[in-house]
Amino acid sequence: MRSVQRTSGEPGTPDDRGGARAGDRAGARSFGRSPDRSLLRDSSLVWLASGIVGVSFGAVSVAGGLPLWVPVLMSLVVYAGSAQFSAVGVLLAGGGPFAAVATGLLLNTRTAAFSLAVAEILGTGRAARFLGAHLVTDETVAFALAQSDPVRQRRAFWISGLGLFAVWNIGVLAGALAGGALGDTARYGLDAAFPAVLVALVLPALRADARVRRCALLGAALALAITPAVPAGVPVLLALAGLFLHRRPARKEAAV
Amino acid sequence: MNTTVVVILALAAGTYAFRLVGPVLHGRVTVPPRMQELASAGAVVLLVALLATGALTEGGGFAGWARPAGVLVAGLLAWRRAPFVVVVVGAAATTALLRVAGVA
Repeated sequence: MRSVQRTSGEPGTPDDRGGARAGDRAGARSFGRSPDRSLLRDSSLVWLASGIVGVSFGAVSVAGGLPLWVPVLMSLVVYAGSAQFSAVGVLLAGGGPFAAVATGLLLNTRTAAFSLAVAEILGTGRAARFLGAHLVTDETVAFALAQSDPVRQRRAFWISGLGLFAVWNIGVLAGALAGGALGDTARYGLDAAFPAVLVALVLPALRADARVRRCALLGAALALAITPAVPAGVPVLLALAGLFLHRRPARKEAAV
Repeated sequence: MNTTVVVILALAAGTYAFRLVGPVLHGRVTVPPRMQELASAGAVVLLVALLATGALTEGGGFAGWARPAGVLVAGLLAWRRAPFVVVVVGAAATTALLRVAGVA
């Protein structure tokens, strides 16, 4: 994806004028006025949205009858939004500890695939790898892979990841302390913000590479088709079957 | 130990193990270029599947019209190369306004 994205910028488009554009953060970044500032600005929006979701997670957990330390500890050591919501949901519904763990783990299986994709980006040191692994989330992977060169990928991963970890945990603590003050977060349209973040981050890759586009379309169609029939977490994993459409380009073989 | 603590620790350990797969394998085994290519493509496939199911479904059923409409607006804005902030805020605002207007 990286090598493909490097060529995806359209020469001649004045994409520096408005700062980071969702569509072409791949192009000409090294000449950009301040790439880090645009990275911070984009990340901070995701932090804000995650922070509010964190507040609602803390509030929902405590309002449901769990002690304050449960959402707080869970957010620090599990650190995976959807898995936390589902695990707490199962616990509050009286579904039993085994079901709570199984549901959460199923949802997080995808992080194994993500960690393979960003393994090189984390850094080579032991601390970077073991600490960075904990920060592998949908958002940080999308942010990192949307960058054009390895240096920026690493920076994007760590900046978005450390910020997200801090904001998420502070949000959960605040929500657990405040209770249900925020009310239903669906009112703010936040549930649409997360898919929108993913749209903005993956669109350049989809535009640039027809092979990835075909795989992604097939994968998404499979995931949607199977969603009503299987437990949460399975549909997204099944989407990887879309990779069957990922053929080796003929010219590469000829080049050997 | 309290059952809730066991649940949290088991979930944490399992999740961290998944997240370690990449960093632990990296440098230990030589991954052929073809596999690296598939890993990158796989990440995009997963993200697109997440966005599709996240936009359209909720608890195994249809998520209603307001959220997909917001995500569609995001897609159009991103396609026109609107800034990231505009894409995300546009989606949330569209969904929120539709809900105010009574669209679920």
